[in-house]
Amino acid sequence: MMAWLMAGLLFTPLAWAVMSLMAGFRAGWRLAWLGMAVQGLVSVLLWLAIADQGGFYYALGDWPAPLGIELRVDGLAVTFILLTATVATACGLHAGVYLDPDKPWQRYFWPLFWFLWAGLNAVWLGADLFNLYVGLELISLSAVGLVALGGAGDALRASLRYLLAALVGSLFYLLGVALIYGQFGTLSLGGVAQLAEDHTALAGAGIALALMLAGLALKTALFPLHGWLPPAHGIAPSPVSALLSALVLKASFYIAARLWLALGETQGSYGVAQLAGALGAAAVLWGSWMACLQPRLKQVVAYSTVAQVGYLFLLFPLTWQVSDQISQQAQEGMTLQVISHALAKAAMFLAAGNLVLSTGSSKVEDLAGVGRFLPFSLFSFGLAGVSLMSLPPSGGFAAKWLLLQATIGSGQWWWALVLIAGGLLSAAYVFRIYRASFQEASGQDDFHHPPRRLEAIPMALALLSLGLGLAGEPVLAIMGLPFEEDG
Amino acid sequence: MTPHLLYAFTGLLLFVTGLFGMIALDHLLRKLLALNLMGSGTFLVLVGLAQHRNGVDPVVQALVLTGIVVAIAATALGLVLIRRYYHLSGRSSLEPDTNDEAGP
Repeated sequence: MMAWLMAGLLFTPLAWAVMSLMAGFRAGWRLAWLGMAVQGLVSVLLWLAIADQGGFYYALGDWPAPLGIELRVDGLAVTFILLTATVATACGLHAGVYLDPDKPWQRYFWPLFWFLWAGLNAVWLGADLFNLYVGLELISLSAVGLVALGGAGDALRASLRYLLAALVGSLFYLLGVALIYGQFGTLSLGGVAQLAEDHTALAGAGIALALMLAGLALKTALFPLHGWLPPAHGIAPSPVSALLSALVLKASFYIAARLWLALGETQGSYGVAQLAGALGAAAVLWGSWMACLQPRLKQVVAYSTVAQVGYLFLLFPLTWQVSDQISQQAQEGMTLQVISHALAKAAMFLAAGNLVLSTGSSKVEDLAGVGRFLPFSLFSFGLAGVSLMSLPPSGGFAAKWLLLQATIGSGQWWWALVLIAGGLLSAAYVFRIYRASFQEASGQDDFHHPPRRLEAIPMALALLSLGLGLAGEPVLAIMGLPFEEDG
Repeated sequence: MTPHLLYAFTGLLLFVTGLFGMIALDHLLRKLLALNLMGSGTFLVLVGLAQHRNGVDPVVQALVLTGIVVAIAATALGLVLIRRYYHLSGRSSLEPDTNDEAGP
């Protein structure tokens, strides 16, 4: 049973990628329905199985660890797999209607989409450092391809910049992996953590950890390494932007968090933890501030991603040499933040795509009057904004509440200021969009109505993000001990 | 200086050279080559450093083979993008976003 589930989970995206490579866009879309259904079903079943029996290690094809691929299937991994299935399905359904099927290059959309999905699953489940690298590269290459697909000069420039940044990040990570292997002779994350605990005097591991974290920070667009993100996320087609902001960034952060929680305690230092936190805080403030100034709607949402990713890096100071209970709170808060941001940001990008489609312009000031013609999409945008502003009862609120408790509990009150300022600033840029939308402009009454399904999907995602605050407790319970070894 | 350290330091030197080129050079092809240099340096560290325990290590050889495949895929994608970018905009370097003309 379990072998079938794992096979379904890992094999479907790859098989679908190859199959849709041979089909056109329309046939690929019909195929994708089946693939997304299989993937969704398998993810739910696996989640239920883990909730029932706890996590386990799974050797792919029964090849043992050093040369085979070992997967760690635990509560956190399946939660993220389920999240991926939800968000990717929503983006896929949106893309099938949103993208113009008559453009010849669109036939490559589905293969890239499925490769991206395969890479994401590989990262959530990866138990050894090198396979995580391969997963990351699979994600980066397909994400770059999706941004560049059929784009003009600007899109290509954005995707080239994205490609170069992503590759440099990966190479830094790989260099760290090389040092770790040279030092410890193993690539399994659990094994490395064990060895690092036994031999605390080894200096190489600290440098390796720093290299890996720096590379992953570049890939996660941590301030001040975020320069590549807004052009790439802003210029991509909306379903692609949603995928990138919601899931792709989280993959590299997920690896960084796992590394930190496994090795940070022995190899990290107060300085590194505080530096990561400070950069995260700077990202929250700078990203939100830039979002308030952007003239284009999708750039506003993209800078908001820079800000929201900043919150995630507060994990580093909040889990370093604090009591287990506080560390637990910080990890739970961070996981909720990842999930609620993924849902809310996907909803926001898809809704922004609808608004752009409707007004025919990407500028914020051209939104005037759209409040009357497209209230449904604007409402989804606002609901997603509620989660980003972290107002109750949204998932964002639950996440920030846990983080706030962790900051107070660990005596690092200065991070609490960042949490509050970030919430206020995000309210500022969401209301800026609203103000522009409700203005009555003269002459602008030529609105295109997007199909009903395009409007329903962001609404569903926004509602999920809002509902997460109410359902946070069961979700966290099933995740068990986030980022910890179990099973 | 033992051989494995020699390999590792050579690899590190290559990596740093590549990184410098990546940051300092303007032309996109040069950037891509610099990236490949970084990759080769990393592979050298990976293979070289792992030799110090008991001779040649088959695991890292397998890893580096995989790494080379990934690097080729990335280089190919980079080349396609650079070529297309050159066709569309007539430029061979990334310029600041303030310059917003979209080519011919």
